[in-house]
Amino acid sequence: MLSSLRSGVQSLWRVSSRALQTSSTLQHDSLFVHRDTPEDNPNTPFEFTPENKQRIDALLAIYPDGHKRGAMIPLLDLAQRQNGGWLPISAMHKVAELLNLPKMRVYEVATFYTMFIRRPIGKYHVQVCTTTPCWLRGSDTVLQAIKEATGCEVGGNSPCGKFSISEVECLGACVNAPMIQVNDDYYEDLSIEDTKEIIEKLKRDEKPKPGPRSGRFASEPLGGLTSLTEEPTGPGFGLQDALKA
Amino acid sequence: MLRQPLSRALALSSPSRAAPIAAKRYAQVQAQPEKVEVFIDDKPVYVPPGTTVLQAAAMVGVEIPRFCYHERLAVAGNCRMCLVEVEKSPKPVAACAMPVMKGMRVKTTSDLTKKAREGVMEFLLVNHPLDCPICDQGGECDLQDQSMAFGSDKSRFTDIHFSGKRAVEDKDVGPLIKTIMTRCIHCTRCIRFASEVAGVDDFGTTGRGTEMQVGTYVEKMFLSELSGNIIDLCPVGALTSKPYSFAARPWETRRIDSVDVLDPLGSNIVVATRTNEVLRILPRTNEEINEEWLSDKSRFACDGLKRQRLVTPMIADSRGNLTPVEWEDAIVAAAQAIRDCPPSKLVAVAGELADAESLIALKDLVNRLGGENVCTEQYFPMEGAGTDLRSSYVLNTKIANVEEADFVLLIGTNVRFEAPLLNARIRKAFLHKETDVALIGPEVDLTYEYMHVGDSSSILKDLATGSSSHEVLKRLQSAKRPVVILGADQLKGSEGPALLAYTQELALRLQDQLEDKEWKVLNVLQRTASQVAALDIGYKPGVGKVLQDGPKVVFLLGADAGVVTRETLPKDCVVIYQGHHGDAGASIADIVFPGAAYTEKRGTYVNAEGRAQQTLPAVTPPGKAREDWKIIRALSEVLGARLPYDNLDEVRDRLAEISPALVAYGDVQNNNYFAQARALAQSLQKPVSGKLDVQLKQLEDFFMTDAISRASPTMAKCVQAVLKQKQSPY
Repeated sequence: MLSSLRSGVQSLWRVSSRALQTSSTLQHDSLFVHRDTPEDNPNTPFEFTPENKQRIDALLAIYPDGHKRGAMIPLLDLAQRQNGGWLPISAMHKVAELLNLPKMRVYEVATFYTMFIRRPIGKYHVQVCTTTPCWLRGSDTVLQAIKEATGCEVGGNSPCGKFSISEVECLGACVNAPMIQVNDDYYEDLSIEDTKEIIEKLKRDEKPKPGPRSGRFASEPLGGLTSLTEEPTGPGFGLQDALKA
Repeated sequence: MLRQPLSRALALSSPSRAAPIAAKRYAQVQAQPEKVEVFIDDKPVYVPPGTTVLQAAAMVGVEIPRFCYHERLAVAGNCRMCLVEVEKSPKPVAACAMPVMKGMRVKTTSDLTKKAREGVMEFLLVNHPLDCPICDQGGECDLQDQSMAFGSDKSRFTDIHFSGKRAVEDKDVGPLIKTIMTRCIHCTRCIRFASEVAGVDDFGTTGRGTEMQVGTYVEKMFLSELSGNIIDLCPVGALTSKPYSFAARPWETRRIDSVDVLDPLGSNIVVATRTNEVLRILPRTNEEINEEWLSDKSRFACDGLKRQRLVTPMIADSRGNLTPVEWEDAIVAAAQAIRDCPPSKLVAVAGELADAESLIALKDLVNRLGGENVCTEQYFPMEGAGTDLRSSYVLNTKIANVEEADFVLLIGTNVRFEAPLLNARIRKAFLHKETDVALIGPEVDLTYEYMHVGDSSSILKDLATGSSSHEVLKRLQSAKRPVVILGADQLKGSEGPALLAYTQELALRLQDQLEDKEWKVLNVLQRTASQVAALDIGYKPGVGKVLQDGPKVVFLLGADAGVVTRETLPKDCVVIYQGHHGDAGASIADIVFPGAAYTEKRGTYVNAEGRAQQTLPAVTPPGKAREDWKIIRALSEVLGARLPYDNLDEVRDRLAEISPALVAYGDVQNNNYFAQARALAQSLQKPVSGKLDVQLKQLEDFFMTDAISRASPTMAKCVQAVLKQKQSPY
């Protein structure tokens, strides 16, 4: 009897606690449909600069006739760099026109690759790695420091319009964790102070020195070499005498 | 020119694809590679190398479940539903993309196969909403059927309260297709159809991973005349029919096999009805005509069958307003008018939707009364061979064989909108067989690249006389299977006879030098479904001359194209209109007989290639409307010129007397006497100087072309939507 009471109560609880169904949260910081905005619409002017047009000719020359669409990613990248780090839809249309492709085929590529940014972003795109090795080495505090220094949230632009922050997965510099990428440069082995200094310099449009901040040259051990410390041996080292010429 | 990636071309031209029966005759004789033996569930089967496991299995009657694979589209291999175990293979393989190998042993019922299918099904269902009760695909859903047949009996998906199922925003692709993109399982059939068959590259996948979605990225209507086919292709309820939404379940409807009459091709259709109402029209596979596609007008104009209908006989009262009367009064009034009229002043005009039975009844009636003036709205030149030789007014190459052509010359026709499925065939040939196309006429979008030769008719003359220096002439002469298609609209003008003569000359000149003596080059593409039957029966094409003679009675048999107007008729002329829609014809009529539409009668229609087919009654005619030939038969009785047939069989016997081809249903005869037609046309080769123009240039022109589609609200919405889309920057 007690058990039936309990199940009755439980079923009551179940009914009352039935959650409002919502769809799943977005797992990506950008939309995969286009919405016209004042900054990004088909009438946004976009034209390749004369220097970039030369680059386009060089790029297209790489691909044989009938396979010019292979140049799509380099062309989109060129457009994104020219346009201050993001890709307006008019630039995609331009690329489609250059390659003589349906626009949809360009949209497909531009939405597939996360390094094509399809919304206006700041001059400095700060990508903070928060994958396990960086996270273990304190990427959360680095991210927090950047947020405070720029006043910008992840996936957004800073009020000054100079910065955008993204949280990204592994950028392949785990040995120098934690690290951030600003535009094309890696800043590694970061402490909170280093991070703040980098942001401050960027605010003044000075270029901070890229690379590790721990005094390392690259990803060698921090306390000096622990192996391979002796002089490299010459050719033929350790061979039997019989094999020597 | 590389028209599509090689892998696609290879997949589509695999030898086991069923070629149309008529096309097979012309198939290239290649050295047949040795067949390989494979075993499907231990059943041996010999197949040509390159066949996929799935096709080999189909040959021995083993059906492998699939979502993304479709025999008329390129192989995608992304749904993984067709996984099967192959002996000595460490993993299950995708049967749709795996070519057979010698001695391969495929197990489609093994535990591994079953487990693979269950696993795929489970993954698909993780993000598929459980909204079958409110889904229009319910009952004809591949996902439903296959999860019953191959899925697991329980679900391990318990995450619903935590993060929910994936949800995708719906797209707006126009007034015909309703999208519920959350239901999409990413089979990409719609994308492949749009880019391969429809030639409108607006669909694609955007994003990646779990956020990937099928759509158009920007808000854009699917601007195609074949868009409805993606509804049939969609294996789930992601793309459903907007006009048919929430109308009925498939098991509630009655399905009647019939034939479409809204374009000249006579596509085979299934009419789904319930409670005496046409709910929707679906294509029926006919490899020789429409494959399994259907144009949007044929599919969606069926709601026009419920509007603007003539449901009762009417007579114009003293103020000219049509007032409902009984059948008897209407027929007596019509008989009175006809009796008072000298036979030479009686004119019968047949419209574009008339069936052969009513055409023959009307002609017999007029002839019995001593009249000769039976004509059609569409013009065709009577000079030269005129309509005496059937080869001059039909598609002699035949629709399916166009696929085999290596060069197609279109003259003054926008085949994309005049016969969408013929255009789909040409596009197929263009993509897969490297067929080249040239066009004389206004520059229009045919969905594939073509050589635009110009739009003046003198080009045709130069080609026919061999004096042209254009590349097209060289290409035509070097082609092994050239096809010349002339749009019948061009024959209306004063230069019509000359254009036909030049086309005949050109086509015959090419045909004479072909190695393949069976191949026919000359094609005339009629615009309407009734024209070929009317010409076969002996109607005179065009009304111009007879109207100038001041007729006293004009009998319009569904003549709604607006070529007969009150202004062209004498004041005292009595207009009798028989038809099913209150359109151009009924509005000028003094007496109206309500007839039956093509879904309401058993009628014979002869398509543009000369193939007789019959419609079957799916619903009864509304109100007092009756089958057309019966109305004319009743009128003949009152007139005292009784027609000698009392039932449909007897009418058809009469049709067979005139031409056996009219009742050889489903069959198409080869035409002859090309040389004679050419000889008779020699004298007509006069200088031409005009320009060729086509009526249907843009997509918005395509939707409303006849009485049924003009009455259809869906077609009106399409026109609106297309015009709106034209304003959009995308």
